[in-house]
Amino acid sequence: MFGGWIGNVLRINLSKMTYAFEPLNYEWAKLYLGGRGLGSKYFMEEVDPTVDPFSEDNKLILAPGPLTGTYGAANGRYMMITKSPLTGTIACSNSGGYFPAELKYAGIDLVIIEGKAAHPVYVTIYNNQVAIKDASKIWGKTSDEAEDYLHSTFHRDAKIASIGPAGEKQVLFAAIMNDKHRAAGRSGVGAVMGSKNLKAIAVRGTLGVKVADRVKFREAATDAFRAIKESPVTSAGLPAYGTAVLVNVINQNGLLPTRNFQADVFEDAEKISGETLASTLLVRNKACMSCMIGCARVTKLVDPRYKAQTGEGPEYETIFALGSDCGVSDLSAITKANYLCNEYGMDPISAGATVACAMEMFEKGIIPQADIGMPLKFGDADAMVKMIELAGKKEGFGEKLALGSYRLASLYGHPEFSMTVKKQEFPAYDGRVAQGMALEYATSNRGACHVRGYMISPEIMGVPEKLDPYTTENKAFWTKTFQDVTAVVDSVGMCLFTTFAININHITNLFTAATGLNYTQNDMMKAGERIYNIERLFNLKAGIDPSQDTLPKRLLEEPVKEGPAKGMVAKLSELLPEYYKERGWGSDGVPTQEKLKELNIA
Amino acid sequence: MSKRIRIEPSKCIGCKTCELACSFKHHGMFAPSLSRIYNEVFLEEASFVTVTCQQCDDPWCARACPSGAIVKHPDTGVVEVIEEKCVGCRTCVSACPFGMIKYVEYKQKADKCNLCGGDYPECVAFCPTGCLTFEEEDAPLRTKILNYVNVVKEGRLEV
Ligand code: SF4
Ligand code: SF4
Ligand code: SF4
Repeated sequence: MFGGWIGNVLRINLSKMTYAFEPLNYEWAKLYLGGRGLGSKYFMEEVDPTVDPFSEDNKLILAPGPLTGTYGAANGRYMMITKSPLTGTIACSNSGGYFPAELKYAGIDLVIIEGKAAHPVYVTIYNNQVAIKDASKIWGKTSDEAEDYLHSTFHRDAKIASIGPAGEKQVLFAAIMNDKHRAAGRSGVGAVMGSKNLKAIAVRGTLGVKVADRVKFREAATDAFRAIKESPVTSAGLPAYGTAVLVNVINQNGLLPTRNFQADVFEDAEKISGETLASTLLVRNKACMSCMIGCARVTKLVDPRYKAQTGEGPEYETIFALGSDCGVSDLSAITKANYLCNEYGMDPISAGATVACAMEMFEKGIIPQADIGMPLKFGDADAMVKMIELAGKKEGFGEKLALGSYRLASLYGHPEFSMTVKKQEFPAYDGRVAQGMALEYATSNRGACHVRGYMISPEIMGVPEKLDPYTTENKAFWTKTFQDVTAVVDSVGMCLFTTFAININHITNLFTAATGLNYTQNDMMKAGERIYNIERLFNLKAGIDPSQDTLPKRLLEEPVKEGPAKGMVAKLSELLPEYYKERGWGSDGVPTQEKLKELNIA
Repeated sequence: MSKRIRIEPSKCIGCKTCELACSFKHHGMFAPSLSRIYNEVFLEEASFVTVTCQQCDDPWCARACPSGAIVKHPDTGVVEVIEEKCVGCRTCVSACPFGMIKYVEYKQKADKCNLCGGDYPECVAFCPTGCLTFEEEDAPLRTKILNYVNVVKEGRLEV
């Protein structure tokens, strides 16, 4: 008998409108830990990688980890795993809040959603009582409204994950929202939920999560807690300013992408910084379940242009995408657009970056004004807000924006203006200025992404040690290590931000005390590597071949124009062969049989 | 004077670690539904409120209990359920006006905060923000008085 895991998988078939509980496959759990790893393992075993993401054969797996629902180090996260309609890769999108832990309290380790409902439905879960109900009353409503409805009709204390109108209409970067303002944001997981006609999942759990060794677990939790309280990043920077503390830091280092990556220093960064946010719109800090950092920003928008409103955000990535990337320095407009993203249920990174791409193409005369219906220039805050709204509604020019920047730019014959890898938009760091980050972008299993191996931590912030961002030396090793550790963090159910303060040692101690498995740090790292490799295998089988481990021409060929990193380009051709070697893959980027054997995959 | 859990709501971030710490210590598992301390999150109002039993001077629950299973310890002031005596009738649950005592199914007994029986309260130990403190003096009250005093002081200066 193990702890941490509960031992139950809930399988819901929306085509047949049935559900069943089945025992968790512990053999897989031991190899793939939980969350991202275990969810991906189930997904790979059950879904053909070539499946059309919107067909009823695609599945959606909700995967908290063995530590989700416990305490010690922000253990409140889960992963949504599916095949992404944006990238065509395996997608796993992470979210916190209260919903993931509630799944565990309902006695569930994984929820596998299959098929496609004939009409809009929502699912309610009260411990082992499951119901699939007609959602016609909330279809078309925002996530906020759907939650209010379910709180009043199902259970006041239910925790809810839902899609907004963007997910229903299959905007390719639609998110799955939970607890109103938290998002499994990236890769269009919300569009898959929409394609299944599934509006929401509401769960109420009154059971508990047990651990194998209570004394050891409390010790491990206390250690992690102390480390997080002692680190300046997790105990001061993030609580005081949220992730937006990065705006000034990244801008000063010359890698804050501005105007669709045409510049890397934003002249108005101060106006959209975390410090400015804290002194203007911020109401208070907020945490996810069991988190002692509390990076979430509760903000209040008071601006004559907009309805007065309290909401959450913006985060650093959002400030980049809706702000500097669009040349917008109006923090109220950014916040408004962020609220709209939350209400419609969209990833603000891809949404903002797609608008930025459209702005560049408009300014270059590639997209005519008639197509957009209005001028769309960098720096035009009102136009940016309008575009976000249109994308959320998929109306007018929003229909094209809803395809993401790669498909949009390709429609107009200029894919090179899309700042994407594997069709997913970059987050808020220019890879030309941090070579490790460039490598991570090119090789991330879900396309451009910062949270699959956050090389900014060593390259810019100096955690756990400072690396020179401009050189390629050792970056393959570091990137692989970060990717593998991140796979572990994402699989046990912890928040990645804790790793500014805690290391694989803390994680191993929590995991072993919870599960009772006698794993070493090395075993954990191997599990991380195993997870990374199966995701890679899925993508290869899905037809995402290694030639797509690349970056847009702008990053490879156009040197940074100004700022401290002037003249830099991403030196991917130096980095990639070394990375494949570090990974034990062939020079063609395909995992070798030896590697797969070593990792107990083949 | 005896020590009590003091609560400063403005510091709370809604992490619910207090609920997890309490249920883990007293019920051996992470189960907010079994916690003896309650954190409520009001997303729209952006407010977080934590409450627990304040160990009444004249406890309704103890008065109501027909089997004398609830005692108030004279030295610490802690109001505690003596489980051997509890027959699980739930009268106390109805009697407590604050809802701070509940019936727990798996034990078939009433269950409430006992300030961790003289140890340092687990919820306070794990609260990351200092929203919860365990002290003789009511520091949050003192802060409120000072805030008010300052308002009065400012007002006077203007006259
Ligand atoms: S439930 Fe137990 S403690 Fe409560 S009134 Fe009945 S006997 Fe007393
Ligand atoms: S003092 Fe102990 S029993 Fe009371 S609420 Fe806190 S953790 Fe629970
Ligand atoms: S642990 Fe402290 S900050 Fe967290 S919810 Fe409880 S009282 Fe609030």
